[in-house]
Amino acid sequence: MEPLMAVAIGFMYAAAIFLMLRRSIVKLVIGLMLLTNAANLLIFTSAGMTRGAPPLIPEGMLAPEGVVADPLPQAVVLTAIVIAFGVLAFAVVLIRRAYEIVKADDLDKMKDTDT
Amino acid sequence: MMQLAVLSGFALAAFAPLFHRWFGDRASFVFAAYPAALALWFLNQLPAVMAGETLVLAMEWVPSLGMSLTFVVDGLSLLFALLVTGIGTLVLIYAGGYLKGHPDLMRFHLAILAFMVSMLGLVLADGLFTLFVFWELTSITSYLLIGFNHTDLEARKSARQGLFVTVAGGLALMAGLAMLGVAGESWSLRELNAMGDVLREHDLYTPLLICLLLGAFTKSAQFPFHFWLPNAMAAPTPVSAYLHSATMVKAGIYLLARLQPSLGGTEMWTVTLSVVGALTMFTGAFLAIRHTNIKKLLAYSTIMALGTLTMLLGIGTEGALIAFVTFLLAHSLYKGSLFMVAGILDHETGTKDVTAMGGLRPLMPITAVVAMVAALSLAGVPPLFGFIGKELMFESVLEASAWRWLVLLLAFSAAILTIAVAAIIALRPFFGQRRQTPRVAHEAPASMLLGPAVLAVLSLVLGLLPVLAGAGLLTAAASAVAGTPVEVKLSLWHGINLPLLMSLVSLALGYLLFKRWDRVRARLALLDPLISRGPEAGYDALMDGVVVVSEWQTRVLQNGYMRNYILVMILTLIALIGNSLLLRHAPQFHIALDVQFHEVVVVGTMVMGALFATISRSRLGAVVSVGIMGFSIALLFILFSAPDLGITQLLVETLTVILLVLVLFRLPRFSSLSTPLERVRDVAVAGSLGGLITLLILTSWSIDQFVPISDYMIANSAPLAHGRNIVNVILVDYRALDTLGEIFVLALAAIGVFAMLKLRAPEKPKKSAPAKENADG
Repeated sequence: MEPLMAVAIGFMYAAAIFLMLRRSIVKLVIGLMLLTNAANLLIFTSAGMTRGAPPLIPEGMLAPEGVVADPLPQAVVLTAIVIAFGVLAFAVVLIRRAYEIVKADDLDKMKDTDT
Repeated sequence: MMQLAVLSGFALAAFAPLFHRWFGDRASFVFAAYPAALALWFLNQLPAVMAGETLVLAMEWVPSLGMSLTFVVDGLSLLFALLVTGIGTLVLIYAGGYLKGHPDLMRFHLAILAFMVSMLGLVLADGLFTLFVFWELTSITSYLLIGFNHTDLEARKSARQGLFVTVAGGLALMAGLAMLGVAGESWSLRELNAMGDVLREHDLYTPLLICLLLGAFTKSAQFPFHFWLPNAMAAPTPVSAYLHSATMVKAGIYLLARLQPSLGGTEMWTVTLSVVGALTMFTGAFLAIRHTNIKKLLAYSTIMALGTLTMLLGIGTEGALIAFVTFLLAHSLYKGSLFMVAGILDHETGTKDVTAMGGLRPLMPITAVVAMVAALSLAGVPPLFGFIGKELMFESVLEASAWRWLVLLLAFSAAILTIAVAAIIALRPFFGQRRQTPRVAHEAPASMLLGPAVLAVLSLVLGLLPVLAGAGLLTAAASAVAGTPVEVKLSLWHGINLPLLMSLVSLALGYLLFKRWDRVRARLALLDPLISRGPEAGYDALMDGVVVVSEWQTRVLQNGYMRNYILVMILTLIALIGNSLLLRHAPQFHIALDVQFHEVVVVGTMVMGALFATISRSRLGAVVSVGIMGFSIALLFILFSAPDLGITQLLVETLTVILLVLVLFRLPRFSSLSTPLERVRDVAVAGSLGGLITLLILTSWSIDQFVPISDYMIANSAPLAHGRNIVNVILVDYRALDTLGEIFVLALAAIGVFAMLKLRAPEKPKKSAPAKENADG
């Protein structure tokens, strides 16, 4: 499974970077979303992928039975998902506001500090 | 603890504003009590140090790094410490008069007290690190003091110049000290001084000496770095009197003297120091007589004195070292006094130009007497202390081993020029025809007269009774510089010998020069174009170059095009990862493809989503594709044992799509803005990064470098944290601070979103909720 994921993540990175290099500011945002998802997957797969063994401890026991998936990358990714959403919400609203003021969605036209 | 007593000065500086509120303009006199108390303490140590003892006040700072805050009081340190605290006391009192009513007096006290402590720490420090820290602190505080009149462009420029030159030297010094520590395998000056033979034979001797000399020469304004010192006269006169004659500029000299036992005596040391010293001496004295500004005159004559001191250290014989400590003390006394006199003249007449003054003697009798005494000492006329210093200097030059005739010639001409300078300062303003000055001159207040008078009287007393200084302080100081006990026997009368003859001839010639000063100056004006091409022009060219280069690199790197920034970052990333992955470690991986059909379908959907998001020409298409991709990822999380992630991703993805649909549709449609060529370039860049990431992931799976810490978390979740969902336990327990930080970030983002949507010129309100709803992380 891991090699397949490696290729898929690599592709998502490539797509994200390509979008971020566009001049249209909306594409930049979509690229940013692809990038955060790709990074989350990268962290998630870094500890290996385990099928059907969530890191949960059954009732009445002190440790999970058998091998479970590594919980640490999951916790980190959980934080990252939420933070990424915060960043996205902020970026999207910021762009909207910027567009209202400078009336341009072309990043090349947004390079001056005074509008 | 002595360390605390010294360092408490920083606290005093910090409380300067408070003292000003309590004492107003009289705060100067309150502050003066601090150096006065320290001076008394140091005087109290004199008997012990005279007896040949070295006071070691050990104190740890960072023991694990071998850094100590140990202070050492030997003869040399004591001499400097007494100068710093003694003259510091007088300067503070003087400043109370000079800057009376100045709105920024508080700032002045803050900086000068901080400087005083730094300088004191510098001359007492035993550890190389400590020395360096205090050294840099003197540079920074002196920058603040030179630029005290910060509304004046010239002052700012001079302050910056002084800072750049001394801090550049400080960098060299740091390298030199590091090499010294490595070569001697010790960070203590005391221990290093005991192993001179090892150091002088060490392979690092030449590079470390070059670095240390660069540091010392820039700080002590040696040729060709002398130009910053006259410019530093933009500072208020108390600062000039303190920093630029008695203390800071002597820090480099102090360092050289301190290192004399461990590094001195080699041919490189002797030749470099004597020749640079002699050149500095002559340059200073020669450039002095071109000026009519009294502070510039004094500044250049200070350069001359600093050159003399360096030269004497270079000659390095026992006689030269005795001359060194004597000249050092003599110079500090008369130069401090003369600077304060210059300040009085400036303050009371409103001009710094000596040619604009004249006949002030009846109006300012005390100042005139003080100026005369100090200037006689500068000129080296018996029975003043300066005379003894000069005699000893001539004696040492006559026994110089390296380049004797050049050094002698330069020293002799410098002496003549110095006598002329002394005469200009002492005679020009006070005698001759009365001239109209911008302000009506009158005698200075007592607070301003005290400092110069005390120093001038000391010059006279020590000249008449040289044994007072020679037997005690100077013996100890000379012994510390020599590294072996040296007996200093000073006397006014050495018999009729060559030095005396040289003194007399130089006096006569110097007086002649003074008489013809105006004509000489006119002649020297012809040399102006040549002098303007001196080392300072080099400094200016260097600074202009820095500006040009930074303008150019800003234009190239900071050009305002977002995609260029991203491109640079991505290419750097590719280069770094590629270099490390492909060239340093061959990519290694074993591919074991173990997949099930439904997993391939989910991953395929995810990839297709990403692809369509990239190539879609409509905004809705892109948003929907991103949504499909996000939901596929959620499914993947659930398939691979991460139910919490799956749930979170589902929630967030739903919100994201809503947000994008709501907001992005207020933006214009996609437009194709780039050329096909640009697209090819971007595909290439993006493709290489993607490929590298794939390789990186594959490689990282085949390498296990560390034992995972999650085993500990799995084992202890239930027993210690009483939670069954290990991921949740990690978030709220093991990494609780992280989660707290995350909540802060989200709250900030929510406030930002709210502010951007709500705070505006009256318009219809917009949605603002989304960012708050995901506190489930």
